[in-house]
Amino acid sequence: MITQSGNGKPILQVKNVSKRFGGLQALSKVTFDLPQGQILGLIGPNGAGKTTLFNAINGIYPPEAGQVILREQDITGWKPYDVARLGLARTHQIVQPLNELTVLQNVMAGACFGHERRSLGQAHEIADQVLDFVGLAGRQDELAVSLNVAQKKRLELARALAARPYLLLLDEVLAGLNPAEIADMIQVVRQIRDQSVTILIIEHVMHALMNVSDRVIVLDYGQQIAEGTPEQVANDPRVIEAYLGDPKMAERLMDRLDEQVED
Amino acid sequence: MKPLDKSHDTPWRNPGLWLALATTAVIGLSPALSGNKAYAREVMFTVLMSVGLASSLNVMLGYTGYVNFGHIVFFGLGGYVSFYLLSVHRLPFYIAVLAGGLSAALLAFLLGKAILRLRGAYFALATIGVNEAARSFVKNFGPFGGPTGMTLKFQVYQAYGGADRALWIAYIVLVVLAVAVILVSFLVKTSRFGLGLMAIRENEDTAEVMGVVAPNAKTWAYVLSAIFPGMIGALFFFKNGNIEPDDAFRLQQSIEIIVMVMLGGQGLVLGPLVGSAVYQRLRGYLLVSPLFKNIQLAVAGVLLLIIILFVPAGLVGWLRRRSSRLRRVLE
Repeated sequence: MITQSGNGKPILQVKNVSKRFGGLQALSKVTFDLPQGQILGLIGPNGAGKTTLFNAINGIYPPEAGQVILREQDITGWKPYDVARLGLARTHQIVQPLNELTVLQNVMAGACFGHERRSLGQAHEIADQVLDFVGLAGRQDELAVSLNVAQKKRLELARALAARPYLLLLDEVLAGLNPAEIADMIQVVRQIRDQSVTILIIEHVMHALMNVSDRVIVLDYGQQIAEGTPEQVANDPRVIEAYLGDPKMAERLMDRLDEQVED
Repeated sequence: MKPLDKSHDTPWRNPGLWLALATTAVIGLSPALSGNKAYAREVMFTVLMSVGLASSLNVMLGYTGYVNFGHIVFFGLGGYVSFYLLSVHRLPFYIAVLAGGLSAALLAFLLGKAILRLRGAYFALATIGVNEAARSFVKNFGPFGGPTGMTLKFQVYQAYGGADRALWIAYIVLVVLAVAVILVSFLVKTSRFGLGLMAIRENEDTAEVMGVVAPNAKTWAYVLSAIFPGMIGALFFFKNGNIEPDDAFRLQQSIEIIVMVMLGGQGLVLGPLVGSAVYQRLRGYLLVSPLFKNIQLAVAGVLLLIIILFVPAGLVGWLRRRSSRLRRVLE
């Protein structure tokens, strides 16, 4: 179990959550606590159940067994909009812009329907700030469909941030970005955490995840095979085995980590 | 150029709203300036009726993205309920019209709970079923006159100063309703509620993840889009003097309304207005043309095909894409 660092109670508790699709056990008894203000990384090979876990948390589909507790309320089986109204926002692995609406309208919708339920006027102010923060300020009147992939990723993030969530689920916000864009995005994620938003993040760009996360959970075939600090996880033999048995994995990850520390 | 961003602060200063309202008012007032007032009134009654039906459908079709082949059900039901109250219970005209709108809204609310969980083609098919079911029900419903329908006694018109004056009253109420539809259509579009509907149109699952309570939003959109056809049906059949199941629940009329919305531009306030005016002019021409009079519906079908293939944004939508200056005026 994750030791709680810093400020108090876990904002999210996942207890023995299981989900099955036909013959596939997508999640089996996943259990963890996420204390407020932390960034928890979620890694694992393709098909390990990471996005399924997100979907089980925010109500896309209810888990078959187990409990999800957000801000001390049992939200197991809640609808996505009720979960959103309790203060959860998420981004999607495959970006889901509201194509025929403008960038501004996309982000305003985030503020209007998130847990603060802002009026349009207030939502507009929040959207201005958030678009500035993610670097899309100049494109607010363009239709979302006209953005490129990196911009759509930022839009997705901006929309989630405009909801002013307590808990933010980030599903591969770095995928498909070039190294410069990744560096920018990592800065953005860190700044979000500094605003005391708790973050659960799925990422395949391993070095990024390793150096942005406070703690990391590893899923493989729906099983939690490891958890701990990035260093602990990177040296865990089961994790190394899960990643194609690549023995150089840990070394590579630690190299990256050292580079970042030296920065 | 910020066409959309400030409209929620000052909806009254949006030129698009005034353009749409002024157009509707000009259409509405034109019979007063015409040489043959009664004839012009009949022509404009058809146009304004289409404006009201198309604009109210636009809330579902254009804003929310739900294709509704059963819009005319609300027209028919509103017509029947008000006709029944007028002819059998001798209730005042205005109360009957209001009751027509409210009964349509109630039907939409109940239907919404049942069929709005369907999406895409399944919802569209269900609305066709609703239309056919409503017609069959009314055909077998004694109080509504069964298959032969009902006829208004002439004395009913006497209460309003004779048939001619009654027709003018019906027309004036229709003008007010048409202006109200345009106003509501605009206010919905520039409201938070409307933003939620458009989010549902673009991606319902994502909208729910963002916190849009889609089942409620869709139901209220459906109710709102049903009130006006309910009241317009009441006016139409009051003017008509009789009502029959096959006139009240005509599937092809629903399809024509969809053509009008698509022709002008779905999702725009001005779209259904322009679409219904153009369509009704075209239809008027086709009906008197010896070549086309028997196949005017086929022409509507071909028109729909052409719009979907080549101008999916509709006339107004196409114009908006041409220039950003027009975008500010053509809301």
